[in-house]
Amino acid sequence: MTTLVATNRPAAVSSEDLLSPSWAEVVDIKQEIEKTGTVWLRFKDPALQKAYTFAPGQFNMLFLPGYGEAAISICSDGEKRDTIGHTVRFVGNVTNAISRLKAGDTIGLRGPFGTHWPIEQLEGKDILLAAGGIGLPPLRPVIYHILRHRAKFGKVILLYGARTPSDLLYTAEFEEWRKADIDIQVTVDRADDTWKGQVGVVPLLFYRYRFDAAKTAVMTCGPEIMIRFVVFEALARRIPADQIFVSLERNMKCGQGSCGHCQLGPFFVCKDGPVFPFSAIEPYFSVEEF
Amino acid sequence: MAELHLNIGTIAALPKAQLDTILSRLREKGYRTVGPRIRDDAVVCGPIAGLADLPQGLTSVENAGQYRIVPSGNKRYFDITPGAQSWKQFFFPPRVSLFTARKNGNWNVEKPSEPAPQIAMIGVRPCDIAAIKIQDMAFMRDDFTDPLYRDRRKNAFLVAVNCLHPGGTCFCDSMGTGPKAGGDFDLALTELDDVFILEIGSEAGKEIVKGMPLQPADASLQQKADQGLAAAREKMGRRMDVRDLPDLILKNLNHPEWEAVAKRCMSCASCTLVCPTCFCWDTQDHTSLDGNETERERVWDSCFNPGFSYQAGGNTRPNTRSRYRQWLSHKLGSWKEQYGVLGCVGCGRCITWCPVKIDITEQVAALRKEARS
Repeated sequence: MTTLVATNRPAAVSSEDLLSPSWAEVVDIKQEIEKTGTVWLRFKDPALQKAYTFAPGQFNMLFLPGYGEAAISICSDGEKRDTIGHTVRFVGNVTNAISRLKAGDTIGLRGPFGTHWPIEQLEGKDILLAAGGIGLPPLRPVIYHILRHRAKFGKVILLYGARTPSDLLYTAEFEEWRKADIDIQVTVDRADDTWKGQVGVVPLLFYRYRFDAAKTAVMTCGPEIMIRFVVFEALARRIPADQIFVSLERNMKCGQGSCGHCQLGPFFVCKDGPVFPFSAIEPYFSVEEF
Repeated sequence: MAELHLNIGTIAALPKAQLDTILSRLREKGYRTVGPRIRDDAVVCGPIAGLADLPQGLTSVENAGQYRIVPSGNKRYFDITPGAQSWKQFFFPPRVSLFTARKNGNWNVEKPSEPAPQIAMIGVRPCDIAAIKIQDMAFMRDDFTDPLYRDRRKNAFLVAVNCLHPGGTCFCDSMGTGPKAGGDFDLALTELDDVFILEIGSEAGKEIVKGMPLQPADASLQQKADQGLAAAREKMGRRMDVRDLPDLILKNLNHPEWEAVAKRCMSCASCTLVCPTCFCWDTQDHTSLDGNETERERVWDSCFNPGFSYQAGGNTRPNTRSRYRQWLSHKLGSWKEQYGVLGCVGCGRCITWCPVKIDITEQVAALRKEARS
């Protein structure tokens, strides 16, 4: 089963130091929606900040002394190298502590880890992005990449769903993305009085389109149940399984396929993923509780 | 006396008392000598000053969920198979500090600076050598080498002992890992009633025995050793049919046997702790009351622990069925794709030390019934 090629580690990140953090300063923290915010970081060591690169879809381990560490995907533009953004949903001990950070505070960072969305291999294709809830932040660096190289891609569609209208992320940017000819379809599970858009789950949005299956690549991130049905809809439209890319979530501790927590069959999701071609994980993804 | 020309691969007869010389030479070179010792009626890895510390004249009786030490009826030193402990504790310590973060104005990270211990391991069984090689693959990969493991591993000296007395739960013969060590040792011993047959496995091993009164091992001695090893293969307490692994497991992830074994398994994690290849670990942060200091330790973890697969979205493996399946399907299944070998060496520890007598060889046989191929 072929997984994606490992993303090159920035030369400045020593392989001897992968188990201990480097320190970064909180440049800004911005509330996005209720219980979710984006924390912008800059390494205290300017040389490290300068040398630090990541690819869309990779993640960092964020460490708050006394609280612990959490795997958070990078949501910022890989070409804007002065700060590193992480949109965090405040649900657990570490992420709630992150929510209380202020500009100037210190945080530990290890990374970047994992494979990336293989966007550089998908030039010339129609791109379908399908995101649910907090699954949009790991895809945002791909959108920034597409905006920068828009002519290299065919149709670009973003299907995005959240529980309610007030749970939608990054809506202020949608207009700019639409101007760059990204077709954005938004749906919510439960509407409120203000909502004039689509109601229902993300996979339902597939019915609005006819796809050129051989020319289309899918990238999806969100709740596992949503991923399952997005993949189902894509396969039903004859989009090849090796052109469907999914980003998975697992308990992660080390980030380099050593501690064993994130295993899915033969894969360490932190190292061989989080981004997989569906063809690689197909035999295991369908097994319940595996 | 003709001087024996020493080389890697040289086989010689070593008078038993000379093992003391080997041990003291190892200590002179700075090694801590560690080997089988009896503690609380079981074999553990403990400090060995000389032959007198070894469990002479004793052997162990093992069965599922059972371990007893009894007289062996002879005077051999190594007729006793390993207990619950394996050598992994020395390379991959059960608890080790990764770093300490300290706030002194700014936050700083300090990594532990004490050098890795130098340990000479006396009496490493062929199955355990195979296990060490398997853990090497997990901790010393091309794309990530664990410095803590690497430094400890580099510093070790391995004295293997070939198994003439396999235990009741042993099945190294099925896994192709024993009863004779095929390599990856510094020195190897085969113990006959009145002499050791010594094999030199490395330059470091050669260096240690240089100048000792070694005799060429004549054909009759070698024949005795070979007969003993052949008999040991026959005496294996267990067998495992490995022909269709890993496919047997990976194609039967929804086999009813997983549910059946889950009714017996207590998810106690004993098997993963005694397993010499299990490598999963967790981190624990210990923070001072004033919050200005946090030490991160690495500790052994187990796929049987409820927290192992816990994440914000829920628990990936919420029950014993999925956790046992993870353990076995990793060990005898996906391990092969990860590292090119199966993750089981046939040491039998998980059978012996299971409190409810779950037997990995029986589980494989049970999966084979009604298996999808």
